Amino acid sequence: MSNKTDSNIYTIIFAVAMVVVVGSLLAFAASSLEPTISENKRLEKQQNILYAMGVNENDESSATFISTDKAPQAFSEFITKQLVIQDGEVSEDDQAYLIDVKKEKSAAKKADYSRRLPLFIGEKDGQTYYIAPIYGKGLWDAIWGYVSMDENMVIQGAYFDHKGETPGLGANIKQRYFMDDFIGEHLLDTNGNFAGITVSKSNADPTNKDKTDNEVDAIAGATITGDGVSAMIKSDLRLYVPYFKNLKNN
Amino acid sequence: MGLLSKKDAKLITDPLADNNPITIQVLGICSALAITAELEASIVMSISVLFVLGVGNVVISLMRNIIPSKIRIIVQLIVVATLVIIVDLVLKAFAYELSKTLSVFVGLIITNCIIMGRFEAFALGNGPWRSFLDGIGNAAGYGVILIIVGFFRELLGSGTLLGIPVLGDPIGTPETGPTGLYALGYENNGFMLLSPMALIVVGIIIWVQRTRNKALVEDH
Repeated sequence: MSNKTDSNIYTIIFAVAMVVVVGSLLAFAASSLEPTISENKRLEKQQNILYAMGVNENDESSATFISTDKAPQAFSEFITKQLVIQDGEVSEDDQAYLIDVKKEKSAAKKADYSRRLPLFIGEKDGQTYYIAPIYGKGLWDAIWGYVSMDENMVIQGAYFDHKGETPGLGANIKQRYFMDDFIGEHLLDTNGNFAGITVSKSNADPTNKDKTDNEVDAIAGATITGDGVSAMIKSDLRLYVPYFKNLKNN
Repeated sequence: MGLLSKKDAKLITDPLADNNPITIQVLGICSALAITAELEASIVMSISVLFVLGVGNVVISLMRNIIPSKIRIIVQLIVVATLVIIVDLVLKAFAYELSKTLSVFVGLIITNCIIMGRFEAFALGNGPWRSFLDGIGNAAGYGVILIIVGFFRELLGSGTLLGIPVLGDPIGTPETGPTGLYALGYENNGFMLLSPMALIVVGIIIWVQRTRNKALVEDH
């Protein structure tokens, strides 16, 4: 059966036309929606940082951010200082929260680059919170988060998020029951050295009563995601240890 | 049914039971295993596939007479990928929270064999309205199985439904200890959360279905 759609010429023309149409459609959609999307991402960062220091609308069991329309105002109200630490030098930068931790982390692999470390200082109810972003990899894709600490590097709040962890397993790192386990955990060991926090499968402390064991209880079925959380806490928060040591000495 | 002719109605009802894409045609198994560890994810995935398959089938059906047969699979793939990406972008701009929940599924929707299967087997040879019904029917058939599997996996694996504890609290407070069923010594079956159990649950559904309808059992 000869059909006009079977000819090679037609096939090629169709293919080219399809690529042009689909390509321009996607390019148009992507570029026209880009400003709205990046604004959403900016607000999300503010919400994340505020969440870690306890400014959120959590009810009993679910994790809820402060709403997007309140976020910018709350951010300027609660976050008193935004710092950037580079080569041990601390400077203030009110755009520090926009620093791309992923880019900084990969750029730092080059020998001549020293990573810019954002640190946000928040005040709430007379208490000071030091909030640092962390970034790492889970089972399928990126995982990241924000951890707020007091001046002794005891965790006051944590927020984790992920790009594509398995729903019901690794994706549960952003559930309250996991994130809340970190509250009160010590990042330093009893000798004052940085130990980080290990997401442990065998700590025999499922209710997480022992806050000085540098361990929280893991999620069943999410071993690799959990290991990723331990790894990013250890690798990224370790970099802030000199800052906290300085803080104590002054 | 006044709205649909008998033949059209069958396009919707068949895939729900006797021609179910998962249990009879064994399509879409990959995502059925991957994302059914909790009920919410199953529901979100079902709705997404319902939308993509419904719209995609109509688009392919409208294009069926101009698609060159030599590259039809590529064309189908491009149509579904474009649809999914546009939906993803629009959600990111206007429903950011929802889009974060869905982003995990975007890749899984594009590679879902039910979608390509229905484009190839139905939309290429039928008009837009019938293709739309076929898409909705098959997506619903897929969704029903996903939700059943998700229900049992979340209930038996985590003791929750839609994230809400329904069997009591396995740990409880230090004073009371475990509550509900857990107080009687019941424990969650962590194995239910892993993909192999999804396959076994799907197997049980297939078994039940074929026991009830002997016509579905193949002769060998």
